[in-house]
Amino acid sequence: MVTLGPFLKRELRLLARQKADWLNPVLFFIIVLSLFPLGVGPEPNLLRIIAPGVIWIAALLSVLLAAERLFKDDYRNGVVEQLVASRQPLLAFVLAKLLANWLSTGLPLVLLSPLVALLLNVDMPSFIAMLLTLLLGTPLLSLLSVLGAALTVSADKGGILLALLILPLYIPLLIFASAAMEAASMALPYHGQLAVMLAMLLFALALVPVAVTSALKINVS
Amino acid sequence: MFKWLHPYAKPETVYHLCGRLMPWLMGAALLLLLLGNIWGLAFTPPDYQQGDSYRIIHLHVPSAIMSMGTYSAMAIAAFIALVWQVKVVQWSVLAIAPIGAVYTAIALITGMAWGKPMWGTWWVWDARLTSELILLFLYLGVIALSGAFSDRQTGAKVASLLAVVGVINLPIIHFSVEWWNTLHQGASITKFAKPSIDPSMLWPLLISILAFKILMLALLCVRLRTAILVNEQHRPWVKALAGD
Repeated sequence: MVTLGPFLKRELRLLARQKADWLNPVLFFIIVLSLFPLGVGPEPNLLRIIAPGVIWIAALLSVLLAAERLFKDDYRNGVVEQLVASRQPLLAFVLAKLLANWLSTGLPLVLLSPLVALLLNVDMPSFIAMLLTLLLGTPLLSLLSVLGAALTVSADKGGILLALLILPLYIPLLIFASAAMEAASMALPYHGQLAVMLAMLLFALALVPVAVTSALKINVS
Repeated sequence: MFKWLHPYAKPETVYHLCGRLMPWLMGAALLLLLLGNIWGLAFTPPDYQQGDSYRIIHLHVPSAIMSMGTYSAMAIAAFIALVWQVKVVQWSVLAIAPIGAVYTAIALITGMAWGKPMWGTWWVWDARLTSELILLFLYLGVIALSGAFSDRQTGAKVASLLAVVGVINLPIIHFSVEWWNTLHQGASITKFAKPSIDPSMLWPLLISILAFKILMLALLCVRLRTAILVNEQHRPWVKALAGD
């Protein structure tokens, strides 16, 4: 915990120097969203109905896109190996990775949500629900994608495998997030769904970092 | 207990143990499977509402129960493999995964075949159906992950870790019928209450469930023996075995 600062500084500096790592997923998110009106037709009411699912699926895919490169460079140039070999706890490194991942892929999606709401003709109550689900959901997406990246870091064909591993784990989140947005669009209360999402987030926050550190250790040994 | 378990950490002992158990388990499984299924499919009375098509529960329910049972067995094995680093247990995780995947696939396919005449549709995005589908993906993920590494042992360890993480799905499947009130019916057999199914239908069903359980163990023996041989192929005892 003491050493979180230097790790976080390093991650953020890396992100500032390799802008493609976090810009590409964000651009991908917007492009996928703009494909849907072209694919299903620009009918505003139809767009409002499909918006919850579309936004969340685009978010899942863009986070997945960023996940693949998460540990790759650090693994190739030996940083992960040195950290496992050193007596420093790996947990600080993992937490810094998580935080940096959320700041670079989750937070932009939250900040972009007003634009998305305009593009897909989402009304105000649904927009607030969308903002809340994204705020609660994107950290969980980061947690799961860090886990997937750590599991597959030394695998030969990491990319497609990563999708196969973490997309099933995303499904409960997807269900509750779109249920909350759907309830909001019908002016129903959606505290229940948000509470479940928060519970999932806290549960994952407690357990995933431990799983990530042991996955990294297995991949190095 | 550890003193008693200790010899079974040695691959050679497990290989011979599986070899001895396998014919008995396989025989019992086939016998019970034939008994349960012929009784259930041919000799039970038809349901007053569903007619004859309910008979598919004699395949569907046992395979659905065992799709989750096999997963918990795999997850427990994976946990043991990660904590105590027992090689035989590690191989057994990979030996169990395909069996469970096939059980899950059988449960899904028979469920679809039953859903067509009863619900009028092959598939609905109902909570239990969806989570069972996720279970299938988890099995496939474990299998794919174990094969993705050039080092076989790393693959086995990483797949074990994924199996432990995926346990989160089991309570979701089990309680999905109670949490979300959806199309799939609730459980007909419980330990605590009087079953909501007639005894004449219950007995063949219980026999089929038992048969599927024993069949899982028998298949595990077969697959574990093969895994031990593959992983220990350069050991003297395997060479001596092959030399005979």
